[in-house]
Amino acid sequence: MALIRLDKLRHSYQAKPTRDADWAVKNIDLEWSDGGAYALLGPSGCGKSTLLNLISGLLRPTEGRIRFGERDVTALEPGERNIAQVFQFPVVYDTMSVFDNLAFPLRNRGVPEAQIKTRVDEIAAMLELTPTLHTRAAGLTADGKQKISLGRGLVRADVAAILFDEPLTVIDPHLKWQLRSKLKELHQRVGLTMIYVTHDQTEALTFANQVVVMLDGQVVQAGTPVELFERPRHTFVGHFIGSPGMNLLPCELSGGVPRFGGIAIETAAPVRSGVAAQRLEIGVRPEFVRFADSGVPVQVERVTDSGRFRIVYARHQEHAIKLLVGEGGEVPAERGHLKFDPRHTQVYADGWIAT
Amino acid sequence: MSTKTLNHKAWWLVAPVVALVAFNAVIPLMAVVNYSVQETFGNNQFFFEGVKWFDAVLHSQRFRDALGRQLLFTAIILAIELPLGVAIALAMPRKGIGLSLCLVLMAMPLLIPWNVVGAMWNIFALPDIGLLGHGLNALGFDYNYTRQPGSAWFTLIAMDVWHWTSLVVLLAYAGLSAIPDAYYQAARIDGASRWAIFRHIQLPKMKRVLTIAVLLRFMDSFMIYTEAVVLTGGGPGNATTLLSIDLVKIALGQFDLGPAAAMSLIYFLIILLLSWLYYTVMTKDDES
Repeated sequence: MALIRLDKLRHSYQAKPTRDADWAVKNIDLEWSDGGAYALLGPSGCGKSTLLNLISGLLRPTEGRIRFGERDVTALEPGERNIAQVFQFPVVYDTMSVFDNLAFPLRNRGVPEAQIKTRVDEIAAMLELTPTLHTRAAGLTADGKQKISLGRGLVRADVAAILFDEPLTVIDPHLKWQLRSKLKELHQRVGLTMIYVTHDQTEALTFANQVVVMLDGQVVQAGTPVELFERPRHTFVGHFIGSPGMNLLPCELSGGVPRFGGIAIETAAPVRSGVAAQRLEIGVRPEFVRFADSGVPVQVERVTDSGRFRIVYARHQEHAIKLLVGEGGEVPAERGHLKFDPRHTQVYADGWIAT
Repeated sequence: MSTKTLNHKAWWLVAPVVALVAFNAVIPLMAVVNYSVQETFGNNQFFFEGVKWFDAVLHSQRFRDALGRQLLFTAIILAIELPLGVAIALAMPRKGIGLSLCLVLMAMPLLIPWNVVGAMWNIFALPDIGLLGHGLNALGFDYNYTRQPGSAWFTLIAMDVWHWTSLVVLLAYAGLSAIPDAYYQAARIDGASRWAIFRHIQLPKMKRVLTIAVLLRFMDSFMIYTEAVVLTGGGPGNATTLLSIDLVKIALGQFDLGPAAAMSLIYFLIILLLSWLYYTVMTKDDES
């Protein structure tokens, strides 16, 4: 059963959107199933936080519907949806103790005090907040406060999904990793749907089973981390995910075969017929490029060492090509030839995959 | 830790400030201290009297009455201006032209010279020709602030509320607008009621500015002189003779320099003590 279904969702912050650029979220259709761990990944201003706020109900969509299961929640207030949200900056109610903070959503819903106590104790134990339960929340560190924000979501028995809006932004680096593992662990333990907004690919790829990449108010690709890595649907996904990003090389088609600098390049699948584009590019990740005896002739410009492998910056005419060479791999001193792994070489027409 | 260079010449750098403060604060204050322990019969001859004037002031019924009126006045205006100011700040629009209009409107009473405020209300409240005074009488209230102590108090308080609530509004508004949106969003998700949002988010976040607002309003209202003296002159009788009005009567009306100086110092110490007490209590648990 699909838990969250977005149906032709559009949102604009303007009263009367006219131009395409007025839309913060442009026509999104998505389905998220129950109990999954999802990430919304994209650069700042791509609309990912807007999308999150639409799902939690903090924003009303200009057009389209949102369904949780069979229930249409488009017109419901956030408090009436079975959803919780954790924000970028930790929100705690300063004057309350940690216990009262966690109890707050339940008290607002009129849950009996005895039941609240059991539930809060349980959640506090899960989040390792028990020792500080009766101290003032204002005195906690940022990661402690963020745990409280998360706890206020977990404590509600009706919550089926928790949304995270870049929750680790203000957390110290060494605690980020801990808190992220905690989230992962909680996800497995309580089986809630979790949707995690971030612009950090590492966070997205380590947290989620399914990553939705957004650009400019649109979903460019939704898939597993492996799919995003091996077969980006759009050149944006190619260079946004992976470090260093995908090589994109201009090419032309002759007889359905892509040619780069006059050299025919083998691809995973044949280029779709009838592709007529302004801009044709070959996309291949540095991981899938290697030195060979023949192929694309290049000049080696620079090599940097990043531990387990070296990044080689090569050049064919004016086109830069990056490749990774593992430990023990040979790097020619000046000139060499490059081969692209055909299984991981794609052609993009105006940015979109065409193979 | 770095070791600091010890150079006593640096004291010269603060000398100009010390001189300035000495001229505008320390010297006048010490002059008052000087008067407060001496007696004079004119001719510029002074005799040391010790704490006689302090003793006299503290035991005088007149001083106690004025202090009582002063405390009552301050308590009443704080009880009105604070909740009213917060309520107006909460009701103000958050953005757009409405906000600018409100801010200008709110700032206006604060920009009017104090004696003008007094004169305005003096005329406004006149029972025969003033809009307020005439209006109240036309509505059937027996209102005459120059004759009835109750009416005089009502007018005095109304004037202060009109003049100074804006200050509370502006401070409270500043406190409110510093609350990040995420707090309101979290509260909506937590299902908080309007009252719970006020009680657990807005009020705690406004605490610091409201502390300052109370402190400012306490000090200013405790020292109120100009508006009150222009409006009622302390009357009818002594009904609205607040501490400062009484002080001026003693110092400049009767020219009793010794008692006036002693009273000034007591007056000053009361304000200092209450302000310090209040501020210490309010900021006690703010350490973190």
